Amino acid sequence: MKRLPVQKTYKLFIGGAFPRSESGRTLVAEGANIARASRKDLRDAVRIARQAGVGWAKATAYNRGQVLYRIAEMMETRRSELASVASSAGEVDRAIDRVVWYAGWADKIAQVVGTANPVAGPYFNFTVPEPTGVVGILAPEPPLLGLVSRLSPVIVGGNTAVVIASEAHPLVAIELAECLATADVPPGVVNILTGLRTELAPWLASHMDVSALDLTGGDGDVAELERLGAENVKRVVRGKADRQSPYDITAFLELKTVWHPIGM
Amino acid sequence: MATAPALPGGFELPLEPRLPRLGSVDAVALEERADVLSKRSIKRESKVFALELAIRMMDLTTLEGADTPGKVAALSSKGIRPDPTDPGIPSVAAICVYPNLVPYALERTRGTDVKVASVATAFPSGQSPLQVKLDETRWVVEAGAHEVDMVIDRGAFLSGRYAQVYDEIVRVKEICAGHAHLKVIIETGELGTYDNVRRASLLAIAGGADFIKTSTGKAATNATLPVALCMLEVIRDVHEETGRVVGMKVAGGIRQSKQAVQFLVQVHETLGLAWLTPDRYRIGASTLLNDVLMQIRKERTGRYQNPDYFTVD
Amino acid sequence: MTERKQDVARRADKAPLAAAWDYAPAPEARDIVRIQERYGLFIGGKFVEPLSGERYMTIDPAREEPLSEVAQANRADVNRAVKAARGAFEGAWSKLRPSERAKYLFRIARILQERSREFAVLESLNGGKPIRESRDVDVPLAAAHFFYYAGWADKLEYAFPNRKPRPIGVAGQIIPWNFPLLMLAWKIAPALAAGNTVVLKPAETTPLTALLFCDVVRQAELPPGVVNIVTGDGRTGAEIVSHPGVDKIAFTGSTEVGKAIQRTLAGTGKRLTLELGGKAANIIFDDAPLDQAVEGIINGIYFNQGHVCCAGSRLFVQESIYEATIAKLKRRMRTLRVGDPLDKNTDVGAINSKQQLEKITSLVQSGVDEGAELYQPPCKLPERGYWFVPTVFTNVAQSYRIAQEEIFGPVLSVLTVRTPDEAIEKANNTPYGLSAGVWTEKGSRILAMAQRLRAGVVWANTYNRFDPASPFGGYKESGFGREGGRHGLEAYVALDDA
Repeated sequence: MKRLPVQKTYKLFIGGAFPRSESGRTLVAEGANIARASRKDLRDAVRIARQAGVGWAKATAYNRGQVLYRIAEMMETRRSELASVASSAGEVDRAIDRVVWYAGWADKIAQVVGTANPVAGPYFNFTVPEPTGVVGILAPEPPLLGLVSRLSPVIVGGNTAVVIASEAHPLVAIELAECLATADVPPGVVNILTGLRTELAPWLASHMDVSALDLTGGDGDVAELERLGAENVKRVVRGKADRQSPYDITAFLELKTVWHPIGM
Repeated sequence: MATAPALPGGFELPLEPRLPRLGSVDAVALEERADVLSKRSIKRESKVFALELAIRMMDLTTLEGADTPGKVAALSSKGIRPDPTDPGIPSVAAICVYPNLVPYALERTRGTDVKVASVATAFPSGQSPLQVKLDETRWVVEAGAHEVDMVIDRGAFLSGRYAQVYDEIVRVKEICAGHAHLKVIIETGELGTYDNVRRASLLAIAGGADFIKTSTGKAATNATLPVALCMLEVIRDVHEETGRVVGMKVAGGIRQSKQAVQFLVQVHETLGLAWLTPDRYRIGASTLLNDVLMQIRKERTGRYQNPDYFTVD
Repeated sequence: MTERKQDVARRADKAPLAAAWDYAPAPEARDIVRIQERYGLFIGGKFVEPLSGERYMTIDPAREEPLSEVAQANRADVNRAVKAARGAFEGAWSKLRPSERAKYLFRIARILQERSREFAVLESLNGGKPIRESRDVDVPLAAAHFFYYAGWADKLEYAFPNRKPRPIGVAGQIIPWNFPLLMLAWKIAPALAAGNTVVLKPAETTPLTALLFCDVVRQAELPPGVVNIVTGDGRTGAEIVSHPGVDKIAFTGSTEVGKAIQRTLAGTGKRLTLELGGKAANIIFDDAPLDQAVEGIINGIYFNQGHVCCAGSRLFVQESIYEATIAKLKRRMRTLRVGDPLDKNTDVGAINSKQQLEKITSLVQSGVDEGAELYQPPCKLPERGYWFVPTVFTNVAQSYRIAQEEIFGPVLSVLTVRTPDEAIEKANNTPYGLSAGVWTEKGSRILAMAQRLRAGVVWANTYNRFDPASPFGGYKESGFGREGGRHGLEAYVALDDA
């Protein structure tokens, strides 16, 4: 007798857990029922991301680098599962390598963008990068590589993320969430929502506790989202879906300059 | 031991080897504040006011190995009437000399308001046995000096023997009490940091100083504006917490009228008018006087002056 | 001996000699500045009549006297300026060798130094700030800023690893009235160093040093159109922001206007940097060098009449030293010399405008109404002009408007804290994040505080220090982007892959 396979229920990823949408709604995508996140799910995700940011920003750069590398390890072990819902096995390989690339940046970025500033006076003056806070991401296509390319620079710098997954291809995002959940990523550092962009993105863009927006995956709605983002002076980034660059890390970093007198 | 005078919270006696809660000084900010105050533009009548005040506050000083009765007599005369051609010019506050010359200074200033100050306690180094220092103090007080300028033992201070420094001041004060005003020289140029200047100032005040004084004039660095400001802030703290009034004397390297005015602006804006009196502020100097006289005459006549018109004593 | 004892006693009791020591007026001569009766717009290297035909009077806020009539540029004027800037960008300026660009900027720096007194006097006349500050802070820093960025012009490839920087094009720059010349330098120097051309609008109330700067541009023989100065009010600014020919907007000013600009630019892809408001916390711990901390408080809030976006307007004092600190602060406030901005001994000058004075007055009234305790030192203010006595509020609750809103005036709100954690929590409890101050002798606490304060600039045991090499800019609603330092270049370059 043929064994009946156990099907996976695709749920949201919030605070390290996999809840259904509080609304109870689902929609069908890629032949599966996926959770259709509500604006309340989004609100919860932002709140949890903000809380998680305290510890994640304080974690040592070495630790953050190791966590990112661990994500790559988990992706590697689930390579075939990821490939089954990504556009191709090649996309998965490139996504894994991208995470590894960013993992190595964790304890270097401050050395590249930080400065000791020679001011004209008896002061020691230095500038260091710090995370900006909670970053809202509209994940671009391809669904895995695009997501990983935009998410990795955000979290490697100490930010936390609320991601709205590709609307057309959400399954791989949840597959990735399962890697994250087993990769020592502290709960709430990455939160992934599936559902309808038009329903969620305006709430994300207008949320007063979201510090920055990555609209790389946005399409026709970008101008309106930017307008909404202005209400709390969000940093808005429109990058490339398939690129790796330290400039994508610094786009989500604040620069803090500290002065102290030099005297006996 | 003398009863300890009142001190701000945290400075209570008996003194421990390490003074608790002294307060600290940020060097850069202190120097910046002193710099801003030094840029005040003091003109015309306000300048004449300051210059005349500087004369009234002056401890006209000679502290040389080559000092003689004749030199001291001439200096005393100059101090009584700094400008023989202008009776409006006030006398200086005091004549400051070595112990041996006290009798000559007293003789010449008798019957005037000009006081005689003597250095003591193995000036300028303070590196003599305590008994010698006390004997010297007793000698100058008995000789009739109105004011005693003692030095602290910087060696003891810098090696952390604060109690020893304190005890010496107390013993000297016992001898002076009721007879002569005690100015305690902390020799800021040898203390290394403003924190130490603050600490030594408090120690001197705790020991009973009527005045605290910056320098002997014999060290490489003398009274600077930031050091003086630092000491004024100590005096202010003591006054605000206890009401006790302590005077201040700057000495060493003050040769130009402009410097004198800068020091006075500092007093004015730190301690206020109440300290703008010879009873609470002194300027120790030897060559400053003629420069001040020249500046006053310039303000009065509108002409720049020639030093040959002012007596050298 | 008895006689001498009496003498000692008498001398100790002697009253002070003087009833007062009033410093004689020490005004800086104003004849070094020649202000024209009226100014046009500086477009394409020369002054032109405004197409709008409109002008308004700019005044001396300390005397309420008219100084000059300046142009109110409209859309057509802005268009003309943008065209001139575009022409210069595509013409001479972008073809120039970077080392030559550098030399132009060095020239500007030198001319500013040579004419520093003239600029200082004019800045104080038109803006109301004390000559001591315009002379010792604004003008020297403006010159230093040009000098600093001049050196970058031919070294840009070293600033951005693995990238090929190129200029963006025409930068539209809108600056505030609190540091008119200095903000001009902050905007123009990096823009030009990176090879852009600019259209700059000085603030409505303080256009004169920007207009005098046009003469520096002329003396430096900068190619026409590289720097264009258009005067006017917010309407002119809005025209610059919405002009399709402008590639980048740099704005310093209020958070409210900053948000409006961000909304306007939404979806256009135009580059934007914003340096907006602040409500900085200045935190004093009980081991702080107290007299210097008090100077830091004074400098933090009364510098430039408190017209400073990074002013230390919220003072947090550890409760154990609260009384001593407030006593020292009030005493120090009584020595502040308020009055004629041109007097060399003035510490606090005139409020920049009637409108600003009204805003300060109304916020101070709200503080009184909400129950805070007001202290103002005795102070004789001139009869004419806009003035506000340096003010401190104690017994302030975090919820009061004076603890939340940017007053942009000489008004300090004092709150108490018990622990470093409480200080952090309260200091960060604001939508702003421009700057902060912390005073303590303990090194590890300084670093911990510096790390946890959410602000772009943290002054530890100092306050309100600025330098061209030091990046400046905010977190949160205080804006984004940095001015100053290597990081300040980033706003004015496009980074192509190398």
